[in-house]
Amino acid sequence: MAEFLVNSGWNANLAQIVASVLGAVVLASFGLVWIIFSIWLERKFAGRVQDRIGPNRTGPYGLFQTFADVGKLLTKEDITPEGADKHVYNFAPILAVAGILAIFAVIPFNHAWVGADLNIGVLYFVAVGSLTTLAILLAGWSSNNKYALLGAFRAIAALISYEVPMILSLAVPVLLAGSMSMQDIVKGQSIAYIFVVPVSALIFFISQLAEVGRSPFDLIEAESEIIAGFNIEYSGMKFAMFYAAEFIHAFVICILTAVLFLGGWRGFGAGEPGYELFGFIMLMTKSVAVYVLVMLLRSTLPRIRIDHMMAFNWKFLVPLALVNLLVVMFLARPFVPDYAAAEALVAQGGFAGLIGGIFGAGFIAELPRAVVLLIANVIMFAVATQLLHRYGEAQRAKLGVRPVAATRAPAMASD
Amino acid sequence: MQPNEWLFIGIFFIVALILPAVPIFLAQLVNPKRPNKMKQEAYECGVETVGDAWVQFKVQYYLYALVFLIFDIEMLFLFPWAVAYNQLGLFALVAMAGFVGILGVALIYAWRKGALEWL
Repeated sequence: MAEFLVNSGWNANLAQIVASVLGAVVLASFGLVWIIFSIWLERKFAGRVQDRIGPNRTGPYGLFQTFADVGKLLTKEDITPEGADKHVYNFAPILAVAGILAIFAVIPFNHAWVGADLNIGVLYFVAVGSLTTLAILLAGWSSNNKYALLGAFRAIAALISYEVPMILSLAVPVLLAGSMSMQDIVKGQSIAYIFVVPVSALIFFISQLAEVGRSPFDLIEAESEIIAGFNIEYSGMKFAMFYAAEFIHAFVICILTAVLFLGGWRGFGAGEPGYELFGFIMLMTKSVAVYVLVMLLRSTLPRIRIDHMMAFNWKFLVPLALVNLLVVMFLARPFVPDYAAAEALVAQGGFAGLIGGIFGAGFIAELPRAVVLLIANVIMFAVATQLLHRYGEAQRAKLGVRPVAATRAPAMASD
Repeated sequence: MQPNEWLFIGIFFIVALILPAVPIFLAQLVNPKRPNKMKQEAYECGVETVGDAWVQFKVQYYLYALVFLIFDIEMLFLFPWAVAYNQLGLFALVAMAGFVGILGVALIYAWRKGALEWL
Protein backbone atom coordinates (compact mmCIF):
# COMPACT_ATOMS: atom_id res chain seq x y z
CA MET A 1 0.00 0.00 0.00
CA ALA A 2 2.67 2.49 1.06
CA GLU A 3 4.87 1.31 -1.82
CA PHE A 4 2.08 1.95 -4.28
CA LEU A 5 1.69 5.52 -3.07
CA VAL A 6 5.44 6.14 -3.21
CA ASN A 7 5.52 4.78 -6.75
CA SER A 8 2.78 7.16 -7.82
CA GLY A 9 4.89 10.09 -6.72
CA TRP A 10 4.10 10.61 -3.03
CA ASN A 11 6.47 11.61 -0.29
CA ALA A 12 7.64 8.43 1.47
CA ASN A 13 6.82 9.60 5.01
CA LEU A 14 3.42 10.91 4.04
CA ALA A 15 2.64 7.67 2.21
CA GLN A 16 3.55 5.72 5.34
CA ILE A 17 1.22 7.77 7.48
CA VAL A 18 -1.68 7.58 5.01
CA ALA A 19 -1.26 3.82 4.68
CA SER A 20 -1.16 3.45 8.48
CA VAL A 21 -4.31 5.53 8.93
CA LEU A 22 -6.16 3.45 6.33
CA GLY A 23 -4.95 0.21 7.87
CA ALA A 24 -5.93 1.35 11.35
CA VAL A 25 -9.41 2.41 10.24
CA VAL A 26 -10.03 -0.88 8.43
CA LEU A 27 -8.77 -2.96 11.35
CA ALA A 28 -10.67 -1.03 14.03
CA SER A 29 -13.86 -0.97 11.96
CA PHE A 30 -13.60 -4.73 11.62
CA GLY A 31 -13.88 -4.98 15.40
CA LEU A 32 -16.87 -2.65 15.56
CA VAL A 33 -18.71 -4.31 12.67
CA TRP A 34 -18.10 -7.70 14.20
CA ILE A 35 -19.86 -6.78 17.45
CA ILE A 36 -23.04 -5.83 15.57
CA PHE A 37 -23.11 -9.42 14.38
CA SER A 38 -21.85 -10.96 17.60
CA ILE A 39 -24.48 -9.31 19.79
CA TRP A 40 -27.17 -10.86 17.57
CA LEU A 41 -25.36 -14.20 17.58
CA GLU A 42 -25.02 -14.23 21.33
CA ARG A 43 -28.64 -13.33 22.01
CA LYS A 44 -29.84 -15.94 19.56
CA PHE A 45 -27.51 -18.55 20.99
CA ALA A 46 -28.37 -17.82 24.63
CA GLY A 47 -32.03 -17.94 23.64
CA ARG A 48 -31.65 -21.37 22.10
CA VAL A 49 -29.70 -22.70 25.07
CA GLN A 50 -32.37 -21.49 27.47
CA ASP A 51 -35.20 -22.87 25.33
CA ARG A 52 -36.30 -19.49 24.00
CA ILE A 53 -36.37 -18.22 20.43
CA GLY A 54 -34.28 -15.09 20.90
CA PRO A 55 -34.67 -11.98 18.73
CA ASN A 56 -36.93 -12.83 15.77
CA ARG A 57 -39.01 -9.75 14.90
CA THR A 58 -36.66 -7.36 13.12
CA GLY A 59 -35.61 -8.71 9.74
CA PRO A 60 -34.88 -12.32 8.83
CA TYR A 61 -34.06 -14.28 12.02
CA GLY A 62 -34.00 -10.99 13.89
CA LEU A 63 -30.76 -10.01 12.18
CA PHE A 64 -31.51 -6.28 12.36
CA GLN A 65 -32.17 -6.32 16.10
CA THR A 66 -28.82 -4.71 16.87
CA PHE A 67 -29.45 -1.90 14.38
CA ALA A 68 -32.80 -1.24 16.02
CA ASP A 69 -31.07 -1.14 19.42
CA VAL A 70 -28.46 1.29 18.17
CA GLY A 71 -31.21 3.49 16.76
CA LYS A 72 -33.01 3.45 20.08
CA LEU A 73 -29.90 4.22 22.10
CA LEU A 74 -29.03 7.12 19.78
CA THR A 75 -32.29 8.86 20.65
CA LYS A 76 -32.09 8.24 24.41
CA GLU A 77 -31.51 11.17 26.67
CA ASP A 78 -28.01 11.31 28.03
CA ILE A 79 -28.18 11.98 31.76
CA THR A 80 -25.14 13.17 33.64
CA PRO A 81 -25.68 12.80 37.37
CA GLU A 82 -25.26 15.71 39.73
CA GLY A 83 -21.77 16.08 41.12
CA ALA A 84 -20.19 13.82 38.52
CA ASP A 85 -16.70 14.67 37.32
CA LYS A 86 -17.75 15.57 33.77
CA HIS A 87 -14.53 15.09 31.84
CA VAL A 88 -13.63 11.79 33.43
CA TYR A 89 -17.24 10.67 33.20
CA ASN A 90 -17.36 11.32 29.46
CA PHE A 91 -13.93 9.92 28.73
CA ALA A 92 -14.41 6.55 30.48
CA PRO A 93 -16.67 4.85 27.86
CA ILE A 94 -14.39 6.00 25.05
CA LEU A 95 -11.34 4.61 26.80
CA ALA A 96 -13.13 1.32 27.49
CA VAL A 97 -13.69 0.72 23.78
CA ALA A 98 -10.36 2.15 22.65
CA GLY A 99 -8.39 -0.05 25.02
CA ILE A 100 -9.97 -3.18 23.60
CA LEU A 101 -9.80 -2.07 19.97
CA ALA A 102 -6.10 -1.33 20.38
CA ILE A 103 -5.42 -5.04 20.91
CA PHE A 104 -6.42 -5.65 17.29
CA ALA A 105 -3.24 -3.86 16.21
CA VAL A 106 -0.99 -6.81 17.09
CA ILE A 107 -3.21 -9.76 16.14
CA PRO A 108 -1.77 -11.74 13.21
CA PHE A 109 -4.77 -12.56 11.01
CA ASN A 110 -2.53 -14.57 8.69
CA HIS A 111 1.13 -14.74 7.75
CA ALA A 112 0.90 -11.39 5.99
CA TRP A 113 -2.00 -9.51 7.56
CA VAL A 114 -0.87 -8.07 10.84
CA GLY A 115 -1.27 -4.46 11.89
CA ALA A 116 2.14 -4.21 13.54
CA ASP A 117 4.16 -7.31 14.36
CA LEU A 118 5.75 -5.83 17.48
CA ASN A 119 8.62 -7.78 19.01
CA ILE A 120 6.90 -7.26 22.38
CA GLY A 121 3.41 -8.10 21.09
CA VAL A 122 2.41 -10.16 24.13
CA LEU A 123 3.48 -7.46 26.57
CA TYR A 124 1.65 -4.88 24.44
CA PHE A 125 -1.69 -6.61 24.66
CA VAL A 126 -1.36 -7.19 28.40
CA ALA A 127 -0.58 -3.49 28.88
CA VAL A 128 -3.31 -2.25 26.57
CA GLY A 129 -5.83 -4.74 27.94
CA SER A 130 -5.51 -3.21 31.39
CA LEU A 131 -6.73 0.13 30.01
CA THR A 132 -10.22 -1.36 30.33
CA THR A 133 -9.61 -1.83 34.04
CA LEU A 134 -8.63 1.82 34.20
CA ALA A 135 -11.81 2.81 32.32
CA ILE A 136 -13.91 0.92 34.86
CA LEU A 137 -12.23 2.75 37.73
CA LEU A 138 -12.70 6.10 35.98
CA ALA A 139 -16.38 5.37 35.40
CA GLY A 140 -17.03 4.23 38.95
CA TRP A 141 -15.09 7.03 40.57
CA SER A 142 -16.53 9.87 38.51
CA SER A 143 -20.19 8.83 38.69
CA ASN A 144 -20.69 10.18 42.22
CA ASN A 145 -22.72 7.12 43.15
CA LYS A 146 -22.08 4.67 45.96
CA TYR A 147 -23.07 1.62 43.98
CA ALA A 148 -20.89 2.66 41.08
CA LEU A 149 -17.91 3.17 43.37
CA LEU A 150 -18.42 -0.14 45.16
CA GLY A 151 -18.84 -1.90 41.82
CA ALA A 152 -15.67 -0.32 40.51
CA PHE A 153 -13.67 -1.34 43.60
CA ARG A 154 -14.90 -4.86 43.34
CA ALA A 155 -14.22 -4.98 39.61
CA ILE A 156 -10.68 -3.65 40.03
CA ALA A 157 -9.91 -6.12 42.83
CA ALA A 158 -11.11 -9.01 40.67
CA LEU A 159 -9.52 -7.85 37.42
CA ILE A 160 -6.06 -7.15 38.79
CA SER A 161 -6.09 -10.43 40.70
CA TYR A 162 -6.88 -12.46 37.60
CA GLU A 163 -4.14 -10.66 35.72
CA VAL A 164 -1.56 -12.56 37.80
CA PRO A 165 -2.35 -16.13 36.61
CA MET A 166 -2.94 -14.75 33.12
CA ILE A 167 0.56 -13.31 32.84
CA LEU A 168 2.12 -16.37 34.49
CA SER A 169 0.44 -18.70 32.00
CA LEU A 170 1.29 -16.32 29.17
CA ALA A 171 4.98 -16.75 29.92
CA VAL A 172 4.72 -20.39 28.83
CA PRO A 173 3.99 -19.87 25.10
CA VAL A 174 6.55 -17.06 25.09
CA LEU A 175 9.10 -19.44 26.56
CA LEU A 176 8.26 -22.24 24.11
CA ALA A 177 8.36 -19.98 21.07
CA GLY A 178 11.34 -18.00 22.34
CA SER A 179 9.74 -14.73 21.28
CA MET A 180 7.14 -12.24 22.40
CA SER A 181 6.03 -11.44 18.86
CA MET A 182 2.56 -12.83 18.18
CA GLN A 183 3.57 -13.84 14.66
CA ASP A 184 6.57 -15.84 15.96
CA ILE A 185 4.39 -17.57 18.52
CA VAL A 186 2.03 -18.68 15.76
CA LYS A 187 4.95 -19.82 13.62
CA GLY A 188 6.32 -21.83 16.54
CA GLN A 189 3.14 -23.87 16.75
CA SER A 190 3.64 -26.71 14.31
CA ILE A 191 1.85 -28.53 17.10
CA ALA A 192 -0.76 -26.22 18.60
CA TYR A 193 0.24 -25.31 22.17
CA ILE A 194 -3.06 -26.56 23.55
CA PHE A 195 -1.78 -30.08 22.87
CA VAL A 196 1.56 -29.23 24.46
CA VAL A 197 0.64 -27.16 27.52
CA PRO A 198 -3.13 -27.61 28.08
CA VAL A 199 -2.88 -26.46 31.70
CA SER A 200 -1.51 -23.08 30.63
CA ALA A 201 -4.24 -22.81 28.02
CA LEU A 202 -6.89 -23.53 30.64
CA ILE A 203 -5.49 -21.02 33.13
CA PHE A 204 -5.21 -18.39 30.41
CA PHE A 205 -8.77 -19.00 29.23
CA ILE A 206 -10.27 -18.89 32.73
CA SER A 207 -8.43 -15.74 33.73
CA GLN A 208 -9.34 -14.03 30.46
CA LEU A 209 -12.96 -14.96 31.04
CA ALA A 210 -12.71 -13.24 34.41
CA GLU A 211 -11.09 -10.20 32.79
CA VAL A 212 -14.07 -9.82 30.47
CA GLY A 213 -16.49 -10.24 33.35
CA ARG A 214 -18.53 -13.00 31.75
CA SER A 215 -20.35 -15.64 33.77
CA PRO A 216 -19.48 -17.31 35.99
CA PHE A 217 -17.32 -14.29 36.82
CA ASP A 218 -19.85 -11.53 36.08
CA LEU A 219 -19.68 -10.05 39.58
CA ILE A 220 -18.64 -6.78 38.06
CA GLU A 221 -22.25 -6.19 37.07
CA ALA A 222 -24.06 -8.21 39.68
CA GLU A 223 -27.57 -6.75 39.45
CA SER A 224 -28.76 -8.32 42.66
CA GLU A 225 -26.04 -6.80 44.84
CA ILE A 226 -24.66 -3.63 43.31
CA ILE A 227 -27.41 -2.95 40.71
CA ALA A 228 -25.14 -2.70 37.69
CA GLY A 229 -21.83 -1.76 39.22
CA PHE A 230 -19.62 0.85 37.65
CA ASN A 231 -21.94 1.74 34.75
CA ILE A 232 -25.07 2.37 36.81
CA GLU A 233 -25.26 6.09 36.04
CA TYR A 234 -24.57 5.77 32.34
CA SER A 235 -27.37 6.01 29.81
CA GLY A 236 -27.83 6.26 26.07
CA MET A 237 -24.84 5.96 23.81
CA LYS A 238 -22.29 6.06 26.63
CA PHE A 239 -23.82 2.98 28.17
CA ALA A 240 -23.86 1.39 24.72
CA MET A 241 -20.10 1.92 24.53
CA PHE A 242 -19.51 -0.07 27.72
CA TYR A 243 -21.79 -2.74 26.34
CA ALA A 244 -19.91 -2.76 23.04
CA ALA A 245 -16.57 -2.89 24.86
CA GLU A 246 -17.68 -6.01 26.70
CA PHE A 247 -18.70 -7.75 23.50
CA ILE A 248 -15.52 -6.85 21.63
CA HIS A 249 -13.48 -7.97 24.62
CA ALA A 250 -15.32 -11.30 24.69
CA PHE A 251 -14.36 -11.92 21.09
CA VAL A 252 -10.83 -10.59 21.48
CA ILE A 253 -10.10 -13.14 24.21
CA CYS A 254 -11.27 -15.83 21.79
CA ILE A 255 -8.93 -14.57 19.10
CA LEU A 256 -6.07 -14.38 21.61
CA THR A 257 -6.71 -17.91 22.81
CA ALA A 258 -6.78 -19.07 19.19
CA VAL A 259 -3.54 -17.24 18.36
CA LEU A 260 -1.59 -18.24 21.45
CA PHE A 261 -2.78 -21.79 22.00
CA LEU A 262 -4.72 -23.09 18.99
CA GLY A 263 -2.12 -22.35 16.33
CA GLY A 264 -3.61 -19.08 15.03
CA TRP A 265 -3.89 -19.03 11.25
CA ARG A 266 -2.05 -22.32 10.78
CA GLY A 267 -3.61 -25.51 9.53
CA PHE A 268 -4.30 -27.32 6.27
CA GLY A 269 -1.56 -25.58 4.36
CA ALA A 270 -2.53 -22.02 5.33
CA GLY A 271 0.56 -19.84 5.36
CA GLU A 272 1.75 -20.59 1.83
CA PRO A 273 1.85 -17.50 -0.38
CA GLY A 274 -1.54 -17.07 -2.06
CA TYR A 275 -3.47 -18.56 0.86
CA GLU A 276 -3.92 -15.33 2.80
CA LEU A 277 -7.70 -15.51 2.92
CA PHE A 278 -7.62 -19.16 3.93
CA GLY A 279 -5.36 -18.37 6.89
CA PHE A 280 -7.78 -15.64 7.95
CA ILE A 281 -10.68 -18.09 7.73
CA MET A 282 -8.73 -20.64 9.79
CA LEU A 283 -8.15 -18.10 12.58
CA MET A 284 -11.78 -16.97 12.54
CA THR A 285 -13.03 -20.57 12.64
CA LYS A 286 -10.91 -21.31 15.68
CA SER A 287 -11.92 -18.06 17.37
CA VAL A 288 -15.61 -18.68 16.79
CA ALA A 289 -15.21 -22.20 18.17
CA VAL A 290 -13.80 -20.69 21.39
CA TYR A 291 -16.55 -18.06 21.31
CA VAL A 292 -19.22 -20.77 21.23
CA LEU A 293 -17.66 -22.16 24.40
CA VAL A 294 -17.75 -18.72 26.02
CA MET A 295 -21.41 -18.27 25.06
CA LEU A 296 -22.27 -21.72 26.34
CA LEU A 297 -20.61 -20.97 29.69
CA ARG A 298 -22.39 -17.64 29.89
CA SER A 299 -25.84 -19.01 29.29
CA THR A 300 -25.55 -22.03 31.57
CA LEU A 301 -23.42 -21.22 34.61
CA PRO A 302 -24.66 -19.33 37.68
CA ARG A 303 -22.72 -16.45 39.16
CA ILE A 304 -20.19 -17.34 41.87
CA ARG A 305 -19.69 -15.41 45.08
CA ILE A 306 -17.02 -12.70 45.19
CA ASP A 307 -15.02 -14.30 48.02
CA HIS A 308 -15.10 -17.61 46.15
CA MET A 309 -13.91 -15.85 43.03
CA MET A 310 -10.94 -14.29 44.80
CA ALA A 311 -10.10 -17.49 46.68
CA PHE A 312 -10.24 -19.49 43.45
CA ASN A 313 -7.77 -17.09 41.90
CA TRP A 314 -5.25 -16.65 44.70
CA LYS A 315 -5.43 -20.07 46.29
CA PHE A 316 -5.81 -22.24 43.21
CA LEU A 317 -4.99 -20.55 39.91
CA VAL A 318 -1.90 -18.64 41.03
CA PRO A 319 -0.17 -21.59 42.77
CA LEU A 320 -1.10 -23.82 39.83
CA ALA A 321 0.31 -21.29 37.37
CA LEU A 322 3.56 -21.07 39.38
CA VAL A 323 3.95 -24.86 39.51
CA ASN A 324 3.04 -25.09 35.83
CA LEU A 325 5.74 -22.58 34.94
CA LEU A 326 8.36 -24.46 36.96
CA VAL A 327 7.44 -27.80 35.40
CA VAL A 328 7.48 -26.49 31.84
CA MET A 329 10.69 -24.58 32.49
CA PHE A 330 12.66 -27.68 33.52
CA LEU A 331 11.13 -30.17 31.11
CA ALA A 332 11.20 -28.12 27.93
CA ARG A 333 14.87 -27.13 27.98
CA PRO A 334 16.42 -30.47 26.83
CA PHE A 335 13.94 -30.69 23.95
CA VAL A 336 14.31 -27.32 22.24
CA PRO A 337 13.19 -28.04 18.65
CA ASP A 338 15.99 -28.22 16.09
CA TYR A 339 14.23 -27.28 12.86
CA ALA A 340 17.30 -27.72 10.64
CA ALA A 341 17.93 -31.27 11.89
CA ALA A 342 14.26 -32.15 11.42
CA GLU A 343 14.33 -30.92 7.86
CA ALA A 344 17.42 -32.98 7.14
CA LEU A 345 15.67 -36.00 8.63
CA VAL A 346 12.61 -35.43 6.45
CA ALA A 347 14.83 -35.03 3.38
CA GLN A 348 16.29 -38.49 4.04
CA GLY A 349 12.88 -39.99 3.44
CA GLY A 350 11.63 -43.16 5.09
CA PHE A 351 9.10 -42.99 7.93
CA ALA A 352 10.22 -39.54 9.08
CA GLY A 353 9.87 -38.35 5.47
CA LEU A 354 6.31 -39.65 5.34
CA ILE A 355 5.27 -37.93 8.61
CA GLY A 356 7.14 -34.79 7.60
CA GLY A 357 5.39 -34.83 4.24
CA ILE A 358 1.98 -34.86 5.93
CA PHE A 359 2.49 -32.55 8.92
CA GLY A 360 5.60 -30.59 7.90
CA ALA A 361 9.15 -30.75 9.25
CA GLY A 362 8.27 -28.47 12.17
CA PHE A 363 5.95 -31.18 13.51
CA ILE A 364 8.84 -33.65 13.82
CA ALA A 365 11.08 -31.03 15.40
CA GLU A 366 8.53 -30.20 18.09
CA LEU A 367 7.23 -33.72 18.67
CA PRO A 368 9.58 -34.84 21.53
CA ARG A 369 8.96 -31.68 23.55
CA ALA A 370 5.23 -31.91 22.95
CA VAL A 371 5.02 -35.51 24.16
CA VAL A 372 7.03 -34.84 27.34
CA LEU A 373 5.14 -31.68 28.22
CA LEU A 374 1.76 -33.23 27.47
CA ILE A 375 2.42 -36.12 29.86
CA ALA A 376 3.62 -33.70 32.55
CA ASN A 377 0.54 -31.53 32.02
CA VAL A 378 -1.86 -34.44 32.28
CA ILE A 379 -0.24 -35.51 35.56
CA MET A 380 -0.35 -31.93 36.85
CA PHE A 381 -4.02 -31.60 35.89
CA ALA A 382 -4.89 -34.90 37.56
CA VAL A 383 -3.17 -33.88 40.80
CA ALA A 384 -4.79 -30.43 40.78
CA THR A 385 -8.32 -31.73 40.21
CA GLN A 386 -7.74 -34.45 42.81
CA LEU A 387 -6.70 -31.79 45.34
CA LEU A 388 -9.80 -29.74 44.54
CA HIS A 389 -11.95 -32.82 44.90
CA ARG A 390 -10.45 -33.68 48.30
CA TYR A 391 -10.92 -30.11 49.48
CA GLY A 392 -14.53 -30.13 48.34
CA GLU A 393 -15.19 -33.43 50.12
CA ALA A 394 -13.60 -32.13 53.33
CA GLN A 395 -15.68 -28.95 53.21
CA ARG A 396 -18.87 -30.91 52.64
CA ALA A 397 -18.04 -33.28 55.49
CA LYS A 398 -17.44 -30.28 57.74
CA LEU A 399 -20.76 -28.68 56.84
CA GLY A 400 -22.59 -31.97 56.72
CA VAL A 401 -24.07 -31.53 53.26
CA ARG A 402 -24.13 -33.96 50.39
CA PRO A 403 -23.17 -33.11 46.79
CA VAL A 404 -25.88 -31.40 44.75
CA ALA A 405 -26.24 -34.25 42.31
CA ALA A 406 -27.02 -36.74 45.08
CA THR A 407 -29.72 -34.62 46.71
CA ARG A 408 -31.71 -33.97 43.53
CA ALA A 409 -35.13 -35.52 43.97
CA PRO A 410 -36.27 -38.18 41.48
CA ALA A 411 -39.73 -36.58 41.47
CA MET A 412 -38.46 -34.29 38.67
CA ALA A 413 -39.28 -37.05 36.20
CA SER A 414 -43.02 -36.44 36.59
CA ASP A 415 -43.07 -32.91 35.09
CA MET B 1 10.75 -1.18 9.79
CA GLN B 2 10.83 -0.72 13.56
CA PRO B 3 9.85 2.97 13.84
CA ASN B 4 7.06 2.48 11.29
CA GLU B 5 5.41 -0.14 13.46
CA TRP B 6 5.29 2.21 16.42
CA LEU B 7 3.94 4.92 14.15
CA PHE B 8 1.16 2.51 13.23
CA ILE B 9 0.45 1.78 16.89
CA GLY B 10 0.23 5.51 17.61
CA ILE B 11 -2.12 6.13 14.72
CA PHE B 12 -4.17 3.08 15.62
CA PHE B 13 -4.62 4.43 19.13
CA ILE B 14 -5.90 7.75 17.84
CA VAL B 15 -8.30 5.99 15.46
CA ALA B 16 -9.44 3.69 18.27
CA LEU B 17 -10.19 6.73 20.43
CA ILE B 18 -12.05 8.53 17.66
CA LEU B 19 -14.25 5.62 16.58
CA PRO B 20 -16.22 5.29 19.85
CA ALA B 21 -16.31 9.06 20.26
CA VAL B 22 -18.21 9.46 16.96
CA PRO B 23 -21.45 7.69 17.99
CA ILE B 24 -21.44 9.48 21.34
CA PHE B 25 -21.11 12.77 19.51
CA LEU B 26 -23.87 11.80 17.03
CA ALA B 27 -26.13 10.87 19.93
CA GLN B 28 -25.56 14.32 21.41
CA LEU B 29 -26.93 15.84 18.20
CA VAL B 30 -30.18 13.89 18.02
CA ASN B 31 -31.13 12.99 21.59
CA PRO B 32 -33.59 15.02 23.68
CA LYS B 33 -32.21 17.19 26.48
CA ARG B 34 -34.69 17.85 29.25
CA PRO B 35 -32.68 17.74 32.44
CA ASN B 36 -34.39 18.30 35.77
CA LYS B 37 -33.42 18.05 39.39
CA MET B 38 -35.03 14.67 40.03
CA LYS B 39 -33.48 13.03 36.99
CA GLN B 40 -29.97 14.07 37.82
CA GLU B 41 -29.89 12.80 41.35
CA ALA B 42 -27.61 9.88 42.07
CA TYR B 43 -29.56 6.69 41.43
CA GLU B 44 -30.18 4.61 44.52
CA CYS B 45 -33.33 2.72 43.62
CA GLY B 46 -35.56 5.61 44.50
CA VAL B 47 -34.24 6.33 47.96
CA GLU B 48 -32.72 9.75 48.51
CA THR B 49 -28.96 9.71 48.77
CA VAL B 50 -27.45 10.20 52.19
CA GLY B 51 -24.00 11.72 52.46
CA ASP B 52 -21.08 11.64 50.11
CA ALA B 53 -20.56 8.95 47.46
CA TRP B 54 -16.93 8.61 48.43
CA VAL B 55 -17.50 6.41 51.42
CA GLN B 56 -14.99 4.50 53.51
CA PHE B 57 -14.15 1.15 52.06
CA LYS B 58 -12.45 -2.02 53.18
CA VAL B 59 -8.71 -2.13 53.67
CA GLN B 60 -8.85 -5.49 51.93
CA TYR B 61 -8.78 -3.80 48.54
CA TYR B 62 -5.40 -2.29 49.40
CA LEU B 63 -4.02 -5.68 50.38
CA TYR B 64 -5.09 -7.23 47.09
CA ALA B 65 -3.59 -4.30 45.24
CA LEU B 66 -0.29 -4.68 47.12
CA VAL B 67 -0.04 -8.41 46.47
CA PHE B 68 -0.89 -7.80 42.84
CA LEU B 69 1.79 -5.13 42.57
CA ILE B 70 4.47 -7.47 43.92
CA PHE B 71 3.50 -10.20 41.49
CA ASP B 72 3.14 -7.88 38.54
CA ILE B 73 6.56 -6.31 38.89
CA GLU B 74 8.30 -9.63 39.45
CA MET B 75 6.55 -11.23 36.50
CA LEU B 76 7.77 -8.47 34.26
CA PHE B 77 11.28 -9.82 34.83
CA LEU B 78 10.09 -13.20 33.68
CA PHE B 79 9.49 -12.16 30.10
CA PRO B 80 12.99 -11.19 28.94
CA TRP B 81 14.16 -14.48 30.44
CA ALA B 82 11.41 -16.41 28.61
CA VAL B 83 12.40 -14.85 25.28
CA ALA B 84 16.01 -15.98 25.70
CA TYR B 85 14.95 -19.35 27.13
CA ASN B 86 16.01 -21.48 24.13
CA GLN B 87 19.63 -20.31 24.42
CA LEU B 88 19.98 -20.49 28.18
CA GLY B 89 22.07 -22.91 30.19
CA LEU B 90 21.27 -24.79 33.38
CA PHE B 91 22.41 -21.98 35.67
CA ALA B 92 19.83 -19.56 34.26
CA LEU B 93 17.15 -22.20 34.78
CA VAL B 94 18.09 -22.73 38.42
CA ALA B 95 18.30 -18.98 38.98
CA MET B 96 14.82 -18.49 37.57
CA ALA B 97 13.53 -21.43 39.60
CA GLY B 98 14.81 -19.61 42.69
CA PHE B 99 13.10 -16.45 41.51
CA VAL B 100 9.76 -18.18 40.99
CA GLY B 101 10.32 -19.95 44.31
CA ILE B 102 10.61 -16.58 46.05
CA LEU B 103 7.33 -15.58 44.41
CA GLY B 104 5.82 -18.77 45.76
CA VAL B 105 7.13 -18.03 49.26
CA ALA B 106 5.68 -14.51 49.02
CA LEU B 107 2.33 -16.03 48.09
CA ILE B 108 2.46 -18.44 51.02
CA TYR B 109 3.40 -15.58 53.36
CA ALA B 110 0.49 -13.46 52.16
CA TRP B 111 -1.77 -16.47 52.49
CA ARG B 112 -0.69 -17.27 56.05
CA LYS B 113 -0.99 -13.61 57.07
CA GLY B 114 -4.58 -13.65 55.85
CA ALA B 115 -4.08 -11.05 53.13
CA LEU B 116 -5.98 -13.23 50.66
CA GLU B 117 -9.16 -13.56 52.72
CA TRP B 118 -12.20 -11.65 51.56
CA LEU B 119 -13.78 -10.58 54.82
